[in-house]
Amino acid sequence: MENWYWMTLVVLIGLTVRWTVSLNPYSGAGKPPMFGDYEAQRHWQEITFNLPVKDWYFNSSDNNLQYWGLDYPPLTAYHSLLCAYVAEFINPDWVALHTSRGYESQAHKLFMRTTVLVADLFIYIPAVLLYCYSLKEISPKRKMAVALCILLYPGLILIDYGHFQDIYNSVSLGFALWGVLGVSYDWDLLGSLAFCLALNYKQMELYHSLPFFCFLLGKCFKKVTFKIACTVLASFLLCWLPFFTEREHALQVLRRLFPVDRGLFEDKVANIWCSVNVFLKIKEILPRHIQLAISFCLTFLSLLPACIKLTLQPSSKGFRFTLVSCALSFFLFSFQVHEKSILLVSLPVCLVLNEIPFMSTWFLLVSTFSMLPLLLKDELLMPSVVTVMAFLVVCVTSFPLCESTSEEQLQLTPFAVSVRRRLPGFTFLPRIIQYLFLSSVITMVLLTILSVTLNPPQKLPDLFSVLVCSVSCINFIFFLVYFNIVIVWDSKNGRNRKKIK
Amino acid sequence: MAAFTLAASGDHWFSALALGVTLLKCLLIPTYHSTDFEVHRNWLAITHSLPISQWYYEATSEWTLDYPPFFAWFEYALSHIAKYFDQEMLNIHNLNYFSSRTLLFQRFSVILTDALFFYAVHECCKCIDGKKTSKELTEKPKFILSVLLLWNFGLLIVDHIHFQYNGFLSGLMLLSIARLFQKRHMEGAFLFAVLLHFKHIYLYVAPAYGIYLLRSYCFTASKPDGTVRWDSFSFVRVISLGLIVFLVSALSLGPFIALNQMPQVFSRLFPFKRGLCHAYWAPNFWALYNALDKALSVIGLELKFLDPNQIPRASMTSGLVQQFQHTVLPSVSPLATLICTLIAILHFVCGKSRRCNNFSDSDHDRTLLPLPSALHCPSISSLKTLFRKEKPLFNWMETVYLLGLGPLEVCCEFIFPLTSWKLKYPFIPLLLTSVYCAVGITYAWARLYVSVLTGCFVSKTKKQ
Repeated sequence: MENWYWMTLVVLIGLTVRWTVSLNPYSGAGKPPMFGDYEAQRHWQEITFNLPVKDWYFNSSDNNLQYWGLDYPPLTAYHSLLCAYVAEFINPDWVALHTSRGYESQAHKLFMRTTVLVADLFIYIPAVLLYCYSLKEISPKRKMAVALCILLYPGLILIDYGHFQDIYNSVSLGFALWGVLGVSYDWDLLGSLAFCLALNYKQMELYHSLPFFCFLLGKCFKKVTFKIACTVLASFLLCWLPFFTEREHALQVLRRLFPVDRGLFEDKVANIWCSVNVFLKIKEILPRHIQLAISFCLTFLSLLPACIKLTLQPSSKGFRFTLVSCALSFFLFSFQVHEKSILLVSLPVCLVLNEIPFMSTWFLLVSTFSMLPLLLKDELLMPSVVTVMAFLVVCVTSFPLCESTSEEQLQLTPFAVSVRRRLPGFTFLPRIIQYLFLSSVITMVLLTILSVTLNPPQKLPDLFSVLVCSVSCINFIFFLVYFNIVIVWDSKNGRNRKKIK
Repeated sequence: MAAFTLAASGDHWFSALALGVTLLKCLLIPTYHSTDFEVHRNWLAITHSLPISQWYYEATSEWTLDYPPFFAWFEYALSHIAKYFDQEMLNIHNLNYFSSRTLLFQRFSVILTDALFFYAVHECCKCIDGKKTSKELTEKPKFILSVLLLWNFGLLIVDHIHFQYNGFLSGLMLLSIARLFQKRHMEGAFLFAVLLHFKHIYLYVAPAYGIYLLRSYCFTASKPDGTVRWDSFSFVRVISLGLIVFLVSALSLGPFIALNQMPQVFSRLFPFKRGLCHAYWAPNFWALYNALDKALSVIGLELKFLDPNQIPRASMTSGLVQQFQHTVLPSVSPLATLICTLIAILHFVCGKSRRCNNFSDSDHDRTLLPLPSALHCPSISSLKTLFRKEKPLFNWMETVYLLGLGPLEVCCEFIFPLTSWKLKYPFIPLLLTSVYCAVGITYAWARLYVSVLTGCFVSKTKKQ
């Protein structure tokens, strides 16, 4: 079958799964007075449509920041404004100032779901297809299989179309993916522009910013960096122009974007701080500025090796692996991380799906599992189970996963070779990894069943959420170590080979 | 993991397809469901709560039992599982009862009974003896047939959104056809008899079955040129087939004959009072007939040929189920439709035919469903020619027609609601869709007719 048949089929399957998941209830449905993030998005359309730009981020009688105030950068606000124009054309009641609070109806739900689908269709999906199409040295069928796997990744679908919290993740991730594409294929200006747009859409894209910076720096030591610097400055300027009229405006926006006052973490999230907090109440013991300092230092230290390696030896593969490692470091150690931020790690992992299918599939499963408490809260059990199974079936059908656990295929050969110099008997790495995988999957399935069927004991009402987060955190630490090993040892292998020649 | 890898390897694409479509069906659980949901809930309640003697008399709800007894027994069996999900759905007075557990049970009952459909498709694929023309999986006839049947979107929409049990029933029919192809005629006849007592609408294809069994099974030998040897008629076989049908019918209708309820059962099964077309017109010949009548009456009124006082207004298009009279063209009685159907199927004596439902009375749009499954059966033998690379699948006229479905739907769903005609003529989108599809279906039927006839003549001339 011709390529474009396959591509159309892949896109249609992706769209069908997305649309069927969107039939489920959204977060905060029918729960006054605050409702949920669906209402937040609707409220932002109301605010951006009715108020002048200078009032968007400020507390006023018309704009109560306590009620879902804007806390994303200006591009999100502009997108909300665009949606608001369409909403007003269809039904002005949806965005009427004050009176539209808590507005819920079938038609409105359809409208909001459609905006997500349209954004996905125009930004994220083309990026995925172009990425897969441009992969080298693999058959067209395998390219389409990779595209299908990426499009069926459950985490993104469930968050954007099910839960509706932080919707339009596909926009920021899509722009980031365009950035990766641009930078990997030497269209540095376009790549930088795209990434700046991503950054100005959701500030969490900062997780990806260091690899971008290091990669471009490494590539451009010889070339002129002036053009890139100009592009970056220009794109930021364009997005922030309305807010530069007064210094106070820009600062207020920054305060909304980086709410350091909210503390080390909120709710249950699968990172280090939440897990450590179970045993050692660091949130209460340490003062706020010390928490900030420790978090900053640990994040920085954990991502340093990968970034240095990328600056010294920029390569497309190294870039993608470093994206994973940096984003994961940020997720594990950073301040005010939300569970949904795992999507920022999942996107780069999707990009290395072709090179290490086994580990990527494992990671993507764990990332979806880590959001289980959130998904259960929104009654998304059925779509979660179904999309995870569909994803697993597609991955297993596309890649021979069971045979992909040799050292060579896990990209661990250089590391294993180095270790074998000291410990000649170190040949059991693949078997260890297989056992770890099995135990991880069994634990995840068990915890899912327990969370669904049993009620937690009265003394420990958050037992299952905490268990899910801790198990996920342990998995993520393992992945952090793994990805760093692959990145760091890759360079050594390259150097050794050159020496031998 | 091992099971998945097995599924992934070359020969287990069928499991992957089946699993994939099942997952899609699970995703469709929260979609819209029609009044048929309430129909089946009501039947669960009737069969569970009342004795057999009341089944065909119960009329608390407007959705009375109008399927043959085997389907009632099927609902009875399901009701024993339903009581573990939600006891309240089995109360006949709980009209329009709905709960998330009821929905879950009902949807899963459709999804799980589709297992029979999967098995039947698997058996049909075994009948296709395609020469290994291509190593490419997507070009193997078995794969194409499996995809067309398992992922049939009409079936998905009607069964898993609108809510019906057609997958299960189509499975029975496909299985009986597969058995016929596998020369296991008695089993095929048995399965078809059982199917008829599940849903009597399959009477449409009964003549074809009868003629095929008569020709292939009751006449045990053929002349060298392929025509029938009249002296090889086997009475034993005829009688054994008759016995099978009789026994199955006895099992099904026996209790009701004993209770003297046959007239009541018949009136429930064959409601001729419902009229020529249902509330929504099935895209068949009568849809075209009605449309022509409507058009002529509108023209007649405009040109003052007809007296407005003598014409009942909006009789056919009001969306109600009732009998009515045509305005300009002669009215059509049930007997007339039967005669038309018989004449139409008469010419299929020489070929293997499965399709004769273009002319029948009181068509629901859902009766179209046996069609794709049925159509695929003659095409099993012609699949090799159908998928040759030299000829494209559709000619330009057919392609234009199929592409026209897109703009038609866009007009009906998006443009029409925004126009001023929406309030005055709300039935127009449905009318347009029915008539457009009727054109396509009639064309397909005519082509099949022609191909069967020319096939007969070709084989006759070849052998001469």
